[in-house]
Amino acid sequence: MAKRSYTKTPMRELAPEIRNRSFSEVALGYSLEEGQLEASRCLQCKNAPCIQNCPVMIDIPGFIKHIEVGDLKSAHEVLSKYTNLPAICGRVCPQEKQCEMTCRLGRSKKFEPVAIGNLERLVADWACQQPIEMISNSKDKGKVAIIGSGPSGLTAAGDLAKLGYDVTIFEALHVPGGVLTYGIPEFRLPKKIVEKEIEIITAQGVTIETNVVVGKTITMEEIQAEFAACYLSVGAGAPNFMNLPGTSLNGVYSSSEYLTRINLMKAYDFPNYDTPVLTSKNVVVIGGGNVAMDAARSAKRLGAKNVAVIYRRSKEELPARKEEYEHSVEEGINYHWQTNPVEYINDGTGKLKAIKCVKIKLGEADESGRRRPIVIPNSEFIITADTAIEAIGQGANRVLLDTFPDLRLNRWGYIEANRETGETNIPGIFAGGDIVTGAATVILAMGAGKVAATQIDSYIQNQKVHV
Amino acid sequence: MFKIVERRELNSIEFEIFVEAPRIAQKAQAGQFVILRIDHNGERIPLTVVDTEPDKGLVRLIFQVIGKSTAALAKLQTGDSLSDLVGPLGKATEIENYGTVLLVGGGVGIAALFPIIKALKAVGNKVITILGAKNKELLILADECRKYSDELYLMTDDGTLGQKGLVTDAMKFVFAKEKIDTAWAVGPSPMMKFSTLAAKKAGVPIYVSLNPIMVDGTGMCGGCRVTVDKKIKFACVDGPEFLGAGVDWDDFSNRMKQYRDEEQIADTIYKGGMPNGKA
Ligand SMILES: Cc1cc2nc3c(=O)[nH]c(=O)nc-3n(C[C@H](O)[C@H](O)[C@H](O)COP(=O)(O)OP(=O)(O)OC[C@H]3O[C@@H](n4cnc5c(N)ncnc54)[C@H](O)[C@@H]3O)c2cc1C
Ligand SMILES: Cc1cc2nc3c(=O)[nH]c(=O)nc-3n(C[C@H](O)[C@H](O)[C@H](O)COP(=O)(O)OP(=O)(O)OC[C@H]3O[C@@H](n4cnc5c(N)ncnc54)[C@H](O)[C@@H]3O)c2cc1C
Ligand code: SF4
Ligand code: FES
Repeated sequence: MAKRSYTKTPMRELAPEIRNRSFSEVALGYSLEEGQLEASRCLQCKNAPCIQNCPVMIDIPGFIKHIEVGDLKSAHEVLSKYTNLPAICGRVCPQEKQCEMTCRLGRSKKFEPVAIGNLERLVADWACQQPIEMISNSKDKGKVAIIGSGPSGLTAAGDLAKLGYDVTIFEALHVPGGVLTYGIPEFRLPKKIVEKEIEIITAQGVTIETNVVVGKTITMEEIQAEFAACYLSVGAGAPNFMNLPGTSLNGVYSSSEYLTRINLMKAYDFPNYDTPVLTSKNVVVIGGGNVAMDAARSAKRLGAKNVAVIYRRSKEELPARKEEYEHSVEEGINYHWQTNPVEYINDGTGKLKAIKCVKIKLGEADESGRRRPIVIPNSEFIITADTAIEAIGQGANRVLLDTFPDLRLNRWGYIEANRETGETNIPGIFAGGDIVTGAATVILAMGAGKVAATQIDSYIQNQKVHV
Repeated sequence: MFKIVERRELNSIEFEIFVEAPRIAQKAQAGQFVILRIDHNGERIPLTVVDTEPDKGLVRLIFQVIGKSTAALAKLQTGDSLSDLVGPLGKATEIENYGTVLLVGGGVGIAALFPIIKALKAVGNKVITILGAKNKELLILADECRKYSDELYLMTDDGTLGQKGLVTDAMKFVFAKEKIDTAWAVGPSPMMKFSTLAAKKAGVPIYVSLNPIMVDGTGMCGGCRVTVDKKIKFACVDGPEFLGAGVDWDDFSNRMKQYRDEEQIADTIYKGGMPNGKA
C-alpha cells in the first residue's frame, strides 16, 4: 500500500466568492476515489477509540473498511445499524471534538486524523441516490407517540419501528425535521438531504403527522390514553433576547426568526415564495456560536454589503465550530471581538439605524472556567446597521410544557429526565434531546433518541409481563 | 390537506370559509386562532377561529383581503384545499360571569369578537355590543352578534348604517349610562388604542386582541413580540389577548410596518405588475 498521507484528503468546496452569493451547498463531497484514498489512511484499530467517542457508537473502522474496497453498499449497512441520519451527521456533527479528536492516526506526530465525517457523508450520499426500500416491520408490539420531529424524535421513531412498534410522530410545523429543517441553512445542510433521510425513516413504517401542536391540537391526556408510551423531543426552540433599549425596532431579529424565515419559509427565494425577510446593507450578528455563523453567512448570501459578528469574548473562546468560523471569514464576514451591544438606535421612522456598543476586557475565570467579561468604561462606539440579529441562545419550548403541569422541570425550565434512561417523573413518558439538555448537538439529541427507544421497549415489555 | 366545504363572499373585501379540520373543531375556544398555508410556496397566515361545528369537524374563518396571501385565499372555491392548517393557537379568552360586559368590534375584527360575545353570553353575562365599520357594506355579522347581545350599537364612518361616528363615541355613551365590569376591543390598532383610552377614562379594564406579524405561532421565533407592561411578550403564546392599558401602541403599530416594502413587491407581482426593481 502507498504511504499514508499526513493530511486528510481535502473536500472540494465552492469558491468563497461564488458561494457567498448562493444558498448552494458549500462542501461538495468526496468522489469514490477520494473516499477510498481517505479510507486507506485508517489504521483499523482494535478497541478503536473513535467508536468510544461517538455518542451513538458507530462501528467506524467497520464502515471505513468497506469504503476502502469500494463497497459502499456494505459500508451503508454497517452505518445503518447505528444511525438513521448519516447524511445529516456527516455534514453537521462536530467531528473534530468527537471521533476525529481521539483518532489514533491523528494522535501520531505529523498526521491529521482520518476524515471520518467526510467518509460518513460519502456513504450516506450514495445511499440517498438509491431507491427507497419499503420495510414492513410488524407493528404489533404497541403504539408509541413521539412529540417533535427533530433528530431526537426521528431517531427514536426509526429504532422503535425496527423493534416492531406502531410509531406516530406529531410535529407542530408543516414540515418535519426540527432544527435540521428550520434552523440549519441550506448551504450547510440541503433540505433535499433532510427530506430523503426522513423518507427512509417513514419507509420503515413510521407515521409523521405535521400541523399538530401537542398540548393544543391534541392534549397529553389524549396521548396518554391512546399510546402505550410517549417520547417528548420538542427541542429548545424559544429565543432569548438581550432586552436592550430599541429591541422592538424593525430590523432587530432573533436568530430563530431570521433563520426560520430563510430556511423553513425559503425567504431567500422571495417573491417566488411568499414569506419575506429584510434584505439589508449592513448586518450585525450578536453571538459566537454556530447559530451566529449561520445567521451571518445567510445575511451575506442575501446580498448584505457588510456583515459583522460581535462577540463579547476573544477569538480563542469562540464556541462555533472552527470550520464554520473559517468559512465565514473566507466569505467576507468581519468580527468585532470583546464587544457587546448596549442599545439599538432608531432612524426616526421606527427602523434600526445603528447599534451602540461597548468594549469588553476579560477578567478572572469564573466557575465555568471562562474569563468573565468586564465593560471598559467610556468605550462606547457606534456600528452602522440596518439589521441586527441576536443569536444568544434559546430556552425551553414551552408550548407543550405549559399544558402539562404534572411533568417535572429543572430550574432552567427544561424537562427533568434521567440521562441514562430518558425517564421523566411520569411513568411511560420519556424525554430527550435539547428539551432535556438545553441547546446541544444533533448527535447528542440522536443519542438520547436511541436510549429512549431501548428504554421504551423494555418499559412496554415489562408492563405486558405485569398485566 | 384541509378542504374548504363552503365559501361565501361577505362583501367586496371580506370572505368566509368553512374548512374541514376535525381536531381543531373539537378544541378551539373563543380567542384562539389558526395558522394556514394555501400551498407549497405560501406564507403562514394567522386567522381567528370565528366558530366551530365540532360534529361536522368544521372551523369557520373570516378574512379581509389586504395583501397577496389573503388575495390568493379569496380566490379559492368550495372544494379546494389548503395545504396546511394548524391550531388552535394562543390562549383562550377568560370566559367568566363578570356581570355586565362591553364588546367593541371594528372592521374584520368583528369576526374575532363574535366568538367572545357568544361565549360570554353563554355563561350569563349581560352583553352590550358596539360594532363599527367604514360603511354598511363592510359591517359584518351584525345579525349574528345581535342574537347574543342584550344591546347592540352599530356605527359607520359615513352613517349608511346605525349611527354616523366612531365606536369610541358609542363607548362614551354606554359608559355614561351603565356600569361596565369588563370590556373587550378587537379591530384595527388605532381603534383598539383609542378604545383602551376611552375605557381607561371610565375606569373599566379592557382586553384587546393583538395581531402582530407571525411565523410559527408556537413561541419559537419571537417575531410576534409586543411590548406589554414594558416587557417583551410573544403574542402567539402569551396572547393574543392582553389588557389594553399595558400595551405599547407605538411599538405595536411600528412593527406592523416591518415588511411593507416586501409585501408590496409580492402584491404587485401577484397582480401581474413588475416589481419596482427591488426583487
Ligand atoms: C441555527 C442552528 C444551527 C445549528 N448547527 C448545528 C450543527 O452544525 N451541528 C450540530 O450538531 N448541532 C447544531 N445545532 C443544534 C442542533 O440542531 C440541536 O441540538 C438539535 O436539533 C436538537 O434536536 P431535538 O430533536 O432535541 O430538537 P429540535 O431539532 O429542536 O426539534 C424539535 C421539534 O419539536 C417540534 N415541537 C415543539 N413543540 C411541539 C409540540 N408541542 N407539538 C409538536 N411538535 C413540537 C418543533 O417544531 C421541532 O420541529 C444547531 C442549532 C441551530 C438552531
Ligand atoms: C392572531 C391573529 C389573528 C388574526 N385574525 C384575523 C382574522 O380573523 N381575519 C383577518 O382578516 N385577519 C386576521 N389576522 C390578520 C391576518 O393574518 C393578515 O391580514 C394576513 O396575514 C395578511 O396577509 P397578506 O399576505 O394578505 O398580506 P401581507 O402582504 O402579508 O401584508 C399586507 C400588509 O398588511 C400588514 N400585515 C401583515 N401581517 C399582518 C397581520 N398579522 N395583521 C395585520 N396586518 C398585517 C403588513 O404590514 C402589510 O403592510 C390575524 C392576525 C393574527 C396575528
Ligand atoms: S481511531 Fe482513527 S485510525 Fe483508528 S479506527 Fe478509528 S478512524 Fe481508524
Ligand atoms: S409567531 Fe413566532 S414566536 Fe410568536
